[in-house]
Amino acid sequence: MTHLVAIVDPLMHTFAKSGFSWSFLFVVIIKVLIAFVLLLVGVMVYIWGMRKWIADMQNRIGPDNAGPHGVLQTLADGIKLFFKEQTMPDSADRVVFRIAPYLSILPAFLMFCVVPVGGTVSILGHKTFLQVAELPFGAMWILACSGVGVYGVMLAGWSSGSKYPLLGSVRASAQLLSYEAAFGLGILGALVHAGTLSTREIVNLQAWSGIGSIFRDWYWFPAIVAFVIFLIAAVAETNHPPFDLVEAEQELVGGFHTEYSGIRFAIFFLAEFMNLITMSAVATTLFLGGPNGPMLWPSRLGAHGVINVWLMPVFWFGAKVITLLFGTVWLRASLPRLRYDQLMSFGWKYLIELAILWVMVEIAIEVANVQSWNRGVAALIAVVAGAGLYGILMLCVPKPGEVVEEFR
Amino acid sequence: MTTFHAPPLAASVMTEYYRQYLAVAVFVGAALVMVGAMLGVGALLRPKRPQPEKYITYESGSDPFGTFGQQNVRYYVYALLFVIFDVETVFVFPWAVNADHSGLGWFGFGEIAVFVLILVAGLGYLWRKGLLSWA
Repeated sequence: MTHLVAIVDPLMHTFAKSGFSWSFLFVVIIKVLIAFVLLLVGVMVYIWGMRKWIADMQNRIGPDNAGPHGVLQTLADGIKLFFKEQTMPDSADRVVFRIAPYLSILPAFLMFCVVPVGGTVSILGHKTFLQVAELPFGAMWILACSGVGVYGVMLAGWSSGSKYPLLGSVRASAQLLSYEAAFGLGILGALVHAGTLSTREIVNLQAWSGIGSIFRDWYWFPAIVAFVIFLIAAVAETNHPPFDLVEAEQELVGGFHTEYSGIRFAIFFLAEFMNLITMSAVATTLFLGGPNGPMLWPSRLGAHGVINVWLMPVFWFGAKVITLLFGTVWLRASLPRLRYDQLMSFGWKYLIELAILWVMVEIAIEVANVQSWNRGVAALIAVVAGAGLYGILMLCVPKPGEVVEEFR
Repeated sequence: MTTFHAPPLAASVMTEYYRQYLAVAVFVGAALVMVGAMLGVGALLRPKRPQPEKYITYESGSDPFGTFGQQNVRYYVYALLFVIFDVETVFVFPWAVNADHSGLGWFGFGEIAVFVLILVAGLGYLWRKGLLSWA
Protein backbone atom coordinates (compact mmCIF):
# COMPACT_ATOMS: atom_id res chain seq x y z
CA MET A 1 0.00 0.00 0.00
CA THR A 2 2.74 2.46 0.92
CA HIS A 3 4.47 1.82 -2.41
CA LEU A 4 1.23 2.37 -4.23
CA VAL A 5 0.78 5.75 -2.56
CA ALA A 6 4.33 6.75 -3.46
CA ILE A 7 3.75 5.76 -7.08
CA VAL A 8 0.45 7.59 -7.38
CA ASP A 9 1.99 10.81 -6.19
CA PRO A 10 5.68 11.27 -5.31
CA LEU A 11 4.71 14.22 -3.15
CA MET A 12 2.73 11.83 -1.00
CA HIS A 13 5.87 9.87 -0.24
CA THR A 14 6.09 11.57 3.16
CA PHE A 15 2.55 10.54 3.79
CA ALA A 16 3.41 6.94 2.98
CA LYS A 17 6.54 7.00 5.14
CA SER A 18 4.70 8.33 8.16
CA GLY A 19 2.50 5.26 8.09
CA PHE A 20 -0.71 4.71 6.25
CA SER A 21 -3.51 3.61 8.49
CA TRP A 22 -6.55 1.90 7.10
CA SER A 23 -8.77 3.22 9.85
CA PHE A 24 -7.93 6.75 8.74
CA LEU A 25 -9.10 5.94 5.23
CA PHE A 26 -12.19 4.38 6.75
CA VAL A 27 -12.98 7.59 8.61
CA VAL A 28 -12.55 9.57 5.41
CA ILE A 29 -14.92 7.26 3.55
CA ILE A 30 -17.51 7.49 6.32
CA LYS A 31 -17.33 11.28 6.23
CA VAL A 32 -17.65 11.33 2.45
CA LEU A 33 -20.66 9.02 2.56
CA ILE A 34 -22.36 11.14 5.23
CA ALA A 35 -21.76 14.30 3.21
CA PHE A 36 -23.20 12.59 0.12
CA VAL A 37 -26.31 11.36 1.86
CA LEU A 38 -26.75 14.76 3.47
CA LEU A 39 -26.52 16.56 0.14
CA LEU A 40 -28.73 14.20 -1.85
CA VAL A 41 -31.42 13.88 0.81
CA GLY A 42 -31.13 17.63 1.31
CA VAL A 43 -31.84 18.24 -2.37
CA MET A 44 -34.80 15.86 -2.32
CA VAL A 45 -36.34 17.43 0.74
CA TYR A 46 -35.55 20.95 -0.43
CA ILE A 47 -37.34 20.49 -3.75
CA TRP A 48 -40.37 19.08 -1.97
CA GLY A 49 -40.27 21.83 0.66
CA MET A 50 -39.88 24.50 -1.98
CA ARG A 51 -42.94 23.26 -3.87
CA LYS A 52 -44.96 23.03 -0.68
CA TRP A 53 -43.93 26.47 0.56
CA ILE A 54 -44.61 28.12 -2.77
CA ALA A 55 -47.93 26.31 -2.95
CA ASP A 56 -48.82 27.73 0.46
CA MET A 57 -47.81 31.21 -0.63
CA GLN A 58 -49.92 30.89 -3.77
CA ASN A 59 -52.90 29.33 -2.01
CA ARG A 60 -52.49 25.92 -3.66
CA ILE A 61 -52.03 22.45 -2.23
CA GLY A 62 -48.83 21.46 -4.03
CA PRO A 63 -47.60 17.89 -4.42
CA ASP A 64 -49.64 15.60 -2.16
CA ASN A 65 -49.95 12.20 -3.83
CA ALA A 66 -46.56 10.52 -3.53
CA GLY A 67 -46.08 9.57 0.11
CA PRO A 68 -47.34 11.45 3.16
CA HIS A 69 -47.86 15.11 2.15
CA GLY A 70 -46.16 14.34 -1.16
CA VAL A 71 -42.71 14.05 0.41
CA LEU A 72 -41.67 11.38 -2.07
CA GLN A 73 -42.57 13.52 -5.08
CA THR A 74 -38.94 14.31 -5.92
CA LEU A 75 -38.00 10.65 -5.72
CA ALA A 76 -40.89 9.76 -8.02
CA ASP A 77 -39.80 12.42 -10.52
CA GLY A 78 -36.25 11.12 -10.39
CA ILE A 79 -37.33 7.52 -11.00
CA LYS A 80 -39.51 8.62 -13.89
CA LEU A 81 -36.54 10.37 -15.52
CA PHE A 82 -34.53 7.11 -15.40
CA PHE A 83 -37.07 5.58 -17.79
CA LYS A 84 -37.08 8.42 -20.29
CA GLU A 85 -35.41 8.13 -23.66
CA GLN A 86 -32.38 10.34 -24.12
CA THR A 87 -31.87 12.26 -27.30
CA MET A 88 -28.81 14.06 -28.52
CA PRO A 89 -29.12 16.38 -31.53
CA ASP A 90 -27.13 15.36 -34.61
CA SER A 91 -25.37 18.71 -34.55
CA ALA A 92 -24.15 18.21 -30.95
CA ASP A 93 -20.52 17.77 -29.98
CA ARG A 94 -20.92 14.19 -28.76
CA VAL A 95 -18.06 14.06 -26.25
CA VAL A 96 -18.56 17.44 -24.63
CA PHE A 97 -22.32 16.88 -24.54
CA ARG A 98 -21.75 13.80 -22.40
CA ILE A 99 -19.10 15.38 -20.15
CA ALA A 100 -21.04 18.58 -19.37
CA PRO A 101 -23.35 17.06 -16.70
CA TYR A 102 -20.31 15.83 -14.77
CA LEU A 103 -18.71 19.27 -15.00
CA SER A 104 -21.77 20.96 -13.65
CA ILE A 105 -22.33 18.67 -10.66
CA LEU A 106 -18.72 18.24 -9.51
CA PRO A 107 -18.16 21.84 -8.32
CA ALA A 108 -21.45 21.68 -6.41
CA PHE A 109 -20.18 18.65 -4.53
CA LEU A 110 -16.64 19.94 -4.11
CA MET A 111 -17.60 23.23 -2.56
CA PHE A 112 -19.23 21.32 0.26
CA CYS A 113 -15.85 19.72 1.11
CA VAL A 114 -14.67 22.64 3.20
CA VAL A 115 -17.92 23.37 5.03
CA PRO A 116 -17.78 22.41 8.72
CA VAL A 117 -21.06 20.68 9.53
CA GLY A 118 -20.41 20.06 13.21
CA GLY A 119 -17.81 20.29 15.96
CA THR A 120 -14.82 18.11 16.77
CA VAL A 121 -15.72 14.48 17.36
CA SER A 122 -13.82 11.24 17.65
CA ILE A 123 -14.54 8.35 15.31
CA LEU A 124 -12.60 5.08 15.84
CA GLY A 125 -10.13 6.89 18.05
CA HIS A 126 -9.36 9.51 15.42
CA LYS A 127 -10.12 13.02 16.56
CA THR A 128 -11.67 14.61 13.54
CA PHE A 129 -13.79 17.54 12.46
CA LEU A 130 -17.22 16.95 11.06
CA GLN A 131 -16.08 18.30 7.74
CA VAL A 132 -14.93 16.38 4.69
CA ALA A 133 -11.58 18.13 4.31
CA GLU A 134 -9.93 20.79 6.41
CA LEU A 135 -8.04 22.71 3.73
CA PRO A 136 -5.86 25.56 5.02
CA PHE A 137 -7.31 27.89 2.40
CA GLY A 138 -10.97 26.89 2.43
CA ALA A 139 -12.22 30.32 1.40
CA MET A 140 -10.13 30.21 -1.77
CA TRP A 141 -11.46 26.72 -2.45
CA ILE A 142 -15.03 28.05 -2.29
CA LEU A 143 -14.13 30.81 -4.73
CA ALA A 144 -12.40 28.38 -7.09
CA CYS A 145 -15.28 25.90 -7.11
CA SER A 146 -17.86 28.56 -7.81
CA GLY A 147 -15.67 29.77 -10.69
CA VAL A 148 -15.30 26.29 -12.19
CA GLY A 149 -19.09 25.88 -12.07
CA VAL A 150 -19.33 28.15 -15.12
CA TYR A 151 -17.77 25.46 -17.31
CA GLY A 152 -20.61 22.96 -16.95
CA VAL A 153 -23.23 25.50 -17.98
CA MET A 154 -21.12 27.01 -20.76
CA LEU A 155 -20.09 23.69 -22.31
CA ALA A 156 -23.57 22.18 -22.02
CA GLY A 157 -25.02 25.03 -24.03
CA TRP A 158 -22.21 25.20 -26.53
CA SER A 159 -22.03 21.47 -27.20
CA SER A 160 -25.77 21.17 -27.89
CA GLY A 161 -25.26 22.66 -31.34
CA SER A 162 -28.54 24.50 -31.03
CA LYS A 163 -29.47 28.16 -30.81
CA TYR A 164 -31.45 28.47 -27.60
CA PRO A 165 -28.92 26.56 -25.50
CA LEU A 166 -26.07 28.58 -26.93
CA LEU A 167 -27.80 31.86 -26.11
CA GLY A 168 -28.64 30.56 -22.66
CA SER A 169 -25.12 29.47 -21.91
CA VAL A 170 -23.48 32.63 -23.22
CA ARG A 171 -25.84 34.65 -21.09
CA ALA A 172 -25.15 32.38 -18.14
CA SER A 173 -21.41 32.76 -18.38
CA ALA A 174 -21.68 36.55 -18.63
CA GLN A 175 -23.91 36.55 -15.55
CA LEU A 176 -21.80 34.14 -13.53
CA LEU A 177 -18.57 35.97 -14.33
CA SER A 178 -20.11 39.33 -13.48
CA TYR A 179 -21.30 38.24 -10.07
CA GLU A 180 -18.23 36.17 -9.32
CA ALA A 181 -16.29 39.37 -8.63
CA ALA A 182 -18.90 40.66 -6.17
CA PHE A 183 -19.06 37.19 -4.63
CA GLY A 184 -15.31 37.18 -3.97
CA LEU A 185 -15.40 40.66 -2.47
CA GLY A 186 -18.29 39.61 -0.24
CA ILE A 187 -16.26 36.67 1.08
CA LEU A 188 -13.39 39.10 1.64
CA GLY A 189 -15.64 41.04 4.00
CA ALA A 190 -15.73 38.09 6.40
CA LEU A 191 -12.08 37.22 5.91
CA VAL A 192 -10.90 40.69 6.93
CA HIS A 193 -12.42 40.05 10.36
CA ALA A 194 -11.30 36.46 10.59
CA GLY A 195 -7.71 36.96 9.40
CA THR A 196 -7.54 33.38 8.11
CA LEU A 197 -8.58 31.45 5.01
CA SER A 198 -9.39 28.20 6.81
CA THR A 199 -13.13 27.62 7.15
CA ARG A 200 -12.58 25.62 10.34
CA GLU A 201 -10.76 28.54 11.98
CA ILE A 202 -13.34 31.02 10.69
CA VAL A 203 -16.02 28.97 12.41
CA ASN A 204 -13.98 28.63 15.60
CA LEU A 205 -13.51 32.39 15.74
CA GLN A 206 -17.29 32.80 15.75
CA ALA A 207 -17.68 30.66 18.86
CA TRP A 208 -20.82 31.02 20.96
CA SER A 209 -20.50 32.96 24.21
CA GLY A 210 -23.99 34.06 25.07
CA ILE A 211 -26.74 35.74 23.11
CA GLY A 212 -24.51 38.75 22.35
CA SER A 213 -22.41 36.52 20.10
CA ILE A 214 -25.01 36.81 17.38
CA PHE A 215 -24.09 40.45 16.87
CA ARG A 216 -20.57 40.57 18.29
CA ASP A 217 -18.87 37.39 17.12
CA TRP A 218 -20.76 36.24 14.06
CA TYR A 219 -19.51 38.17 11.06
CA TRP A 220 -22.86 38.95 9.49
CA PHE A 221 -23.34 42.02 11.69
CA PRO A 222 -19.82 43.53 11.72
CA ALA A 223 -19.68 42.92 7.96
CA ILE A 224 -23.35 43.55 7.23
CA VAL A 225 -22.81 45.17 3.83
CA ALA A 226 -20.49 42.36 2.71
CA PHE A 227 -23.06 39.85 3.96
CA VAL A 228 -25.85 41.37 1.89
CA ILE A 229 -23.58 41.60 -1.16
CA PHE A 230 -22.56 37.99 -0.65
CA LEU A 231 -26.18 36.85 -0.44
CA ILE A 232 -27.18 38.72 -3.60
CA ALA A 233 -24.14 37.45 -5.49
CA ALA A 234 -24.72 33.90 -4.25
CA VAL A 235 -28.31 33.95 -5.47
CA ALA A 236 -27.05 35.18 -8.84
CA GLU A 237 -24.28 32.55 -8.90
CA THR A 238 -26.79 29.75 -8.37
CA ASN A 239 -29.08 31.06 -11.16
CA HIS A 240 -31.89 31.30 -8.68
CA PRO A 241 -34.83 33.70 -9.15
CA PRO A 242 -34.82 36.68 -9.53
CA PHE A 243 -31.54 36.05 -11.36
CA ASP A 244 -32.65 32.97 -13.34
CA LEU A 245 -32.14 34.54 -16.75
CA VAL A 246 -30.23 31.44 -17.74
CA GLU A 247 -33.45 29.49 -18.18
CA ALA A 248 -35.89 32.26 -19.01
CA GLU A 249 -38.67 30.22 -20.59
CA GLN A 250 -40.23 33.12 -22.44
CA GLU A 251 -36.99 34.01 -24.19
CA LEU A 252 -34.79 30.93 -24.35
CA VAL A 253 -37.06 27.93 -23.75
CA GLY A 254 -35.01 25.93 -21.22
CA GLY A 255 -31.73 27.79 -21.61
CA PHE A 256 -28.52 25.76 -21.66
CA HIS A 257 -30.24 22.42 -20.99
CA THR A 258 -32.91 22.68 -23.69
CA GLU A 259 -31.47 19.72 -25.63
CA TYR A 260 -30.92 17.55 -22.56
CA SER A 261 -33.44 14.92 -21.65
CA GLY A 262 -33.90 12.03 -19.25
CA ILE A 263 -31.38 11.45 -16.51
CA ARG A 264 -28.80 13.91 -17.88
CA PHE A 265 -31.37 16.65 -17.49
CA ALA A 266 -32.01 15.44 -13.95
CA ILE A 267 -28.32 15.80 -13.16
CA PHE A 268 -28.36 19.46 -14.18
CA PHE A 269 -31.28 20.04 -11.87
CA LEU A 270 -29.60 18.13 -9.08
CA ALA A 271 -26.53 20.33 -9.55
CA GLU A 272 -28.58 23.49 -9.47
CA PHE A 273 -30.34 22.68 -6.22
CA MET A 274 -27.21 21.25 -4.68
CA ASN A 275 -25.46 24.53 -5.46
CA LEU A 276 -28.20 26.33 -3.61
CA ILE A 277 -27.75 24.15 -0.52
CA THR A 278 -23.97 24.45 -0.68
CA MET A 279 -24.14 28.22 -1.02
CA SER A 280 -26.43 28.42 2.01
CA ALA A 281 -23.94 26.26 3.89
CA VAL A 282 -21.10 28.56 2.84
CA ALA A 283 -23.02 31.65 3.93
CA THR A 284 -23.69 29.95 7.26
CA THR A 285 -20.02 29.12 7.67
CA LEU A 286 -18.63 32.52 6.77
CA PHE A 287 -21.20 34.85 8.27
CA LEU A 288 -23.58 33.03 10.60
CA GLY A 289 -21.22 31.13 12.87
CA GLY A 290 -21.53 27.75 11.19
CA PRO A 291 -22.37 25.03 13.74
CA ASN A 292 -21.91 27.37 16.71
CA GLY A 293 -24.88 27.91 18.93
CA PRO A 294 -26.05 27.53 22.51
CA MET A 295 -25.66 24.11 24.10
CA LEU A 296 -28.66 22.17 25.25
CA TRP A 297 -28.79 22.16 29.05
CA PRO A 298 -25.03 21.71 29.62
CA SER A 299 -25.40 21.32 33.42
CA ARG A 300 -27.60 18.25 33.05
CA LEU A 301 -26.61 16.70 29.73
CA GLY A 302 -22.91 17.57 30.04
CA ALA A 303 -20.89 19.95 27.87
CA HIS A 304 -18.94 16.98 26.47
CA GLY A 305 -21.79 14.54 26.21
CA VAL A 306 -23.01 12.99 22.99
CA ILE A 307 -25.87 15.45 22.59
CA ASN A 308 -23.80 18.61 22.96
CA VAL A 309 -20.78 17.38 20.99
CA TRP A 310 -22.51 15.56 18.15
CA LEU A 311 -26.07 16.68 17.91
CA MET A 312 -26.38 20.34 18.81
CA PRO A 313 -23.73 21.74 16.42
CA VAL A 314 -25.30 19.78 13.55
CA PHE A 315 -28.71 21.00 14.66
CA TRP A 316 -27.63 24.66 14.65
CA PHE A 317 -25.91 24.28 11.31
CA GLY A 318 -29.01 22.68 9.82
CA ALA A 319 -31.31 25.29 11.33
CA LYS A 320 -29.28 28.14 9.82
CA VAL A 321 -29.06 26.49 6.40
CA ILE A 322 -32.80 25.79 6.36
CA THR A 323 -33.52 29.40 7.31
CA LEU A 324 -31.44 30.63 4.38
CA LEU A 325 -33.07 28.09 2.05
CA PHE A 326 -36.48 29.32 3.15
CA GLY A 327 -35.26 32.78 2.14
CA THR A 328 -34.51 31.53 -1.37
CA VAL A 329 -38.02 30.05 -1.67
CA TRP A 330 -39.46 33.34 -0.54
CA LEU A 331 -37.44 35.12 -3.22
CA ARG A 332 -38.68 32.66 -5.83
CA ALA A 333 -42.28 33.26 -4.83
CA SER A 334 -42.17 37.03 -4.62
CA LEU A 335 -39.75 38.56 -7.13
CA PRO A 336 -40.13 38.73 -10.92
CA ARG A 337 -37.11 38.02 -13.09
CA LEU A 338 -34.71 40.86 -13.84
CA ARG A 339 -34.21 42.13 -17.37
CA TYR A 340 -30.79 41.32 -18.80
CA ASP A 341 -29.51 44.92 -18.85
CA GLN A 342 -30.80 45.47 -15.31
CA LEU A 343 -28.94 42.38 -14.17
CA MET A 344 -25.66 43.41 -15.73
CA SER A 345 -25.74 47.05 -14.70
CA PHE A 346 -26.76 46.12 -11.16
CA GLY A 347 -23.77 43.79 -10.93
CA TRP A 348 -21.14 46.02 -12.48
CA LYS A 349 -22.32 49.50 -11.57
CA TYR A 350 -23.57 49.04 -8.02
CA LEU A 351 -22.67 45.74 -6.43
CA ILE A 352 -18.97 45.66 -7.28
CA GLU A 353 -18.35 49.33 -6.45
CA LEU A 354 -20.14 49.00 -3.14
CA ALA A 355 -18.26 45.81 -2.34
CA ILE A 356 -14.85 47.38 -3.02
CA LEU A 357 -15.77 50.43 -0.98
CA TRP A 358 -16.97 48.34 1.93
CA VAL A 359 -13.91 46.11 1.95
CA MET A 360 -11.65 49.16 2.06
CA VAL A 361 -13.65 50.65 4.95
CA GLU A 362 -13.46 47.37 6.84
CA ILE A 363 -9.74 47.05 6.28
CA ALA A 364 -9.19 50.66 7.38
CA ILE A 365 -11.04 49.96 10.62
CA GLU A 366 -9.06 46.77 11.12
CA VAL A 367 -5.73 48.56 10.59
CA ALA A 368 -6.88 51.37 12.88
CA ASN A 369 -7.58 48.77 15.57
CA VAL A 370 -4.08 47.36 15.30
CA GLN A 371 -2.45 50.79 15.24
CA SER A 372 -4.73 51.78 18.14
CA TRP A 373 -6.17 54.74 16.31
CA ASN A 374 -9.63 55.96 17.01
CA ARG A 375 -11.97 53.68 15.08
CA GLY A 376 -14.41 56.44 14.30
CA VAL A 377 -11.71 58.69 12.83
CA ALA A 378 -10.42 55.82 10.68
CA ALA A 379 -13.92 55.00 9.47
CA LEU A 380 -14.48 58.67 8.64
CA ILE A 381 -11.21 58.86 6.67
CA ALA A 382 -12.11 55.66 4.83
CA VAL A 383 -15.59 56.88 3.97
CA VAL A 384 -14.26 60.23 2.74
CA ALA A 385 -11.62 58.46 0.65
CA GLY A 386 -14.29 56.11 -0.69
CA ALA A 387 -16.57 58.98 -1.58
CA GLY A 388 -13.65 60.62 -3.40
CA LEU A 389 -13.03 57.39 -5.28
CA TYR A 390 -16.67 57.14 -6.24
CA GLY A 391 -16.63 60.78 -7.34
CA ILE A 392 -13.71 60.11 -9.68
CA LEU A 393 -15.57 57.11 -11.07
CA MET A 394 -18.68 59.19 -11.63
CA LEU A 395 -16.62 61.77 -13.54
CA CYS A 396 -15.72 59.00 -15.99
CA VAL A 397 -19.33 58.09 -16.59
CA PRO A 398 -20.72 59.70 -19.73
CA LYS A 399 -23.55 62.14 -19.08
CA PRO A 400 -26.87 61.39 -20.73
CA GLY A 401 -26.59 62.39 -24.37
CA GLU A 402 -22.80 62.68 -24.29
CA VAL A 403 -21.30 60.84 -27.27
CA VAL A 404 -18.27 58.71 -26.48
CA GLU A 405 -16.21 56.63 -28.88
CA GLU A 406 -17.48 53.04 -28.78
CA PHE A 407 -15.29 50.29 -27.42
CA ARG A 408 -14.50 47.71 -30.09
CA MET B 1 12.99 7.91 -6.88
CA THR B 2 14.07 11.11 -5.18
CA THR B 3 13.60 11.06 -1.47
CA PHE B 4 11.97 13.85 0.41
CA HIS B 5 14.31 15.41 2.99
CA ALA B 6 12.55 17.72 5.33
CA PRO B 7 12.68 18.48 9.04
CA PRO B 8 10.30 16.28 11.05
CA LEU B 9 7.90 19.10 11.88
CA ALA B 10 7.49 20.20 8.27
CA ALA B 11 6.99 16.59 7.24
CA SER B 12 4.15 16.12 9.71
CA VAL B 13 2.54 19.35 8.57
CA MET B 14 2.80 18.23 4.98
CA THR B 15 1.32 14.86 5.90
CA GLU B 16 -1.71 16.50 7.43
CA TYR B 17 -1.98 18.68 4.33
CA TYR B 18 -2.01 15.70 1.99
CA ARG B 19 -4.37 13.79 4.23
CA GLN B 20 -6.94 16.49 3.66
CA TYR B 21 -6.38 16.14 -0.06
CA LEU B 22 -6.95 12.42 0.23
CA ALA B 23 -10.40 13.25 1.55
CA VAL B 24 -10.99 15.58 -1.38
CA ALA B 25 -9.83 12.88 -3.80
CA VAL B 26 -12.20 10.33 -2.25
CA PHE B 27 -14.97 12.89 -2.48
CA VAL B 28 -14.29 13.57 -6.17
CA GLY B 29 -14.16 9.84 -6.84
CA ALA B 30 -17.45 9.26 -5.03
CA ALA B 31 -19.12 12.09 -6.95
CA LEU B 32 -17.88 10.71 -10.28
CA VAL B 33 -19.00 7.19 -9.38
CA MET B 34 -22.43 8.42 -8.33
CA VAL B 35 -23.05 10.41 -11.52
CA GLY B 36 -21.62 7.57 -13.61
CA ALA B 37 -23.87 5.08 -11.85
CA MET B 38 -26.91 7.26 -12.41
CA LEU B 39 -26.16 7.58 -16.10
CA GLY B 40 -25.32 3.87 -16.33
CA VAL B 41 -28.54 2.74 -14.66
CA GLY B 42 -30.41 5.15 -16.88
CA ALA B 43 -28.75 3.62 -19.95
CA LEU B 44 -29.89 0.14 -18.88
CA LEU B 45 -33.47 1.12 -18.14
CA ARG B 46 -34.44 3.61 -20.79
CA PRO B 47 -35.90 2.75 -24.19
CA LYS B 48 -34.20 3.68 -27.43
CA ARG B 49 -36.48 4.11 -30.45
CA PRO B 50 -34.63 6.26 -32.95
CA GLN B 51 -36.54 8.46 -35.35
CA PRO B 52 -34.82 11.12 -37.43
CA GLU B 53 -37.11 13.85 -36.09
CA LYS B 54 -35.85 13.28 -32.58
CA TYR B 55 -32.35 14.43 -33.47
CA ILE B 56 -33.25 17.82 -34.88
CA THR B 57 -32.44 20.72 -32.61
CA TYR B 58 -35.37 22.30 -30.81
CA GLU B 59 -36.55 25.65 -32.08
CA SER B 60 -40.03 25.92 -30.60
CA GLY B 61 -41.46 23.37 -33.01
CA SER B 62 -40.51 24.92 -36.33
CA ASP B 63 -37.71 23.53 -38.48
CA PRO B 64 -34.31 24.96 -37.57
CA PHE B 65 -33.03 27.57 -39.98
CA GLY B 66 -29.96 29.73 -40.46
CA THR B 67 -26.47 29.02 -39.27
CA PHE B 68 -25.47 28.10 -35.77
CA GLY B 69 -22.67 29.77 -33.89
CA GLN B 70 -23.29 33.46 -34.28
CA GLN B 71 -22.89 35.34 -31.07
CA ASN B 72 -22.36 38.84 -29.86
CA VAL B 73 -18.63 39.42 -29.54
CA ARG B 74 -19.20 41.70 -26.57
CA TYR B 75 -19.65 38.71 -24.29
CA TYR B 76 -15.98 38.08 -24.68
CA VAL B 77 -15.18 41.44 -23.15
CA TYR B 78 -16.96 40.43 -19.94
CA ALA B 79 -14.54 37.59 -19.60
CA LEU B 80 -11.74 40.16 -19.80
CA LEU B 81 -13.47 42.37 -17.25
CA PHE B 82 -13.93 39.38 -15.00
CA VAL B 83 -10.28 38.46 -15.21
CA ILE B 84 -9.38 41.98 -14.09
CA PHE B 85 -11.60 41.78 -11.05
CA ASP B 86 -10.96 38.24 -10.09
CA VAL B 87 -7.22 38.74 -10.27
CA GLU B 88 -7.68 41.81 -8.15
CA THR B 89 -9.60 39.84 -5.57
CA VAL B 90 -6.94 37.17 -5.52
CA PHE B 91 -4.24 39.80 -4.95
CA VAL B 92 -6.18 41.55 -2.22
CA PHE B 93 -7.09 38.28 -0.45
CA PRO B 94 -3.72 37.46 1.16
CA TRP B 95 -3.14 41.04 2.19
CA ALA B 96 -6.61 41.49 3.66
CA VAL B 97 -6.34 38.27 5.62
CA ASN B 98 -3.06 39.43 7.15
CA ALA B 99 -4.09 43.07 7.53
CA ASP B 100 -4.00 43.05 11.31
CA HIS B 101 -0.77 41.16 11.93
CA SER B 102 1.36 41.85 8.88
CA GLY B 103 2.99 44.85 10.59
CA LEU B 104 2.54 46.91 7.44
CA GLY B 105 -0.03 49.17 9.08
CA TRP B 106 -1.08 52.31 7.24
CA PHE B 107 1.73 51.95 4.73
CA GLY B 108 0.28 48.66 3.56
CA PHE B 109 -3.18 50.16 3.52
CA GLY B 110 -1.97 53.03 1.34
CA GLU B 111 -0.37 50.61 -1.08
CA ILE B 112 -3.48 48.48 -1.45
CA ALA B 113 -5.55 51.66 -1.81
CA VAL B 114 -3.38 52.72 -4.76
CA PHE B 115 -3.77 49.25 -6.28
CA VAL B 116 -7.54 49.37 -5.93
CA LEU B 117 -7.60 52.93 -7.28
CA ILE B 118 -5.87 51.84 -10.47
CA LEU B 119 -8.36 49.00 -10.90
CA VAL B 120 -11.33 51.27 -10.32
CA ALA B 121 -9.85 53.69 -12.85
CA GLY B 122 -9.85 50.80 -15.33
CA LEU B 123 -13.51 50.13 -14.58
CA GLY B 124 -14.24 53.83 -15.03
CA TYR B 125 -12.53 53.77 -18.41
CA LEU B 126 -14.63 50.83 -19.58
CA TRP B 127 -17.73 52.51 -18.24
CA ARG B 128 -16.94 55.68 -20.19
CA LYS B 129 -16.35 53.64 -23.32
CA GLY B 130 -19.94 52.46 -23.07
CA LEU B 131 -19.12 48.87 -22.19
CA LEU B 132 -21.38 48.90 -19.17
CA SER B 133 -24.52 49.99 -20.99
CA TRP B 134 -26.88 47.40 -22.32
CA ALA B 135 -29.49 48.90 -24.55
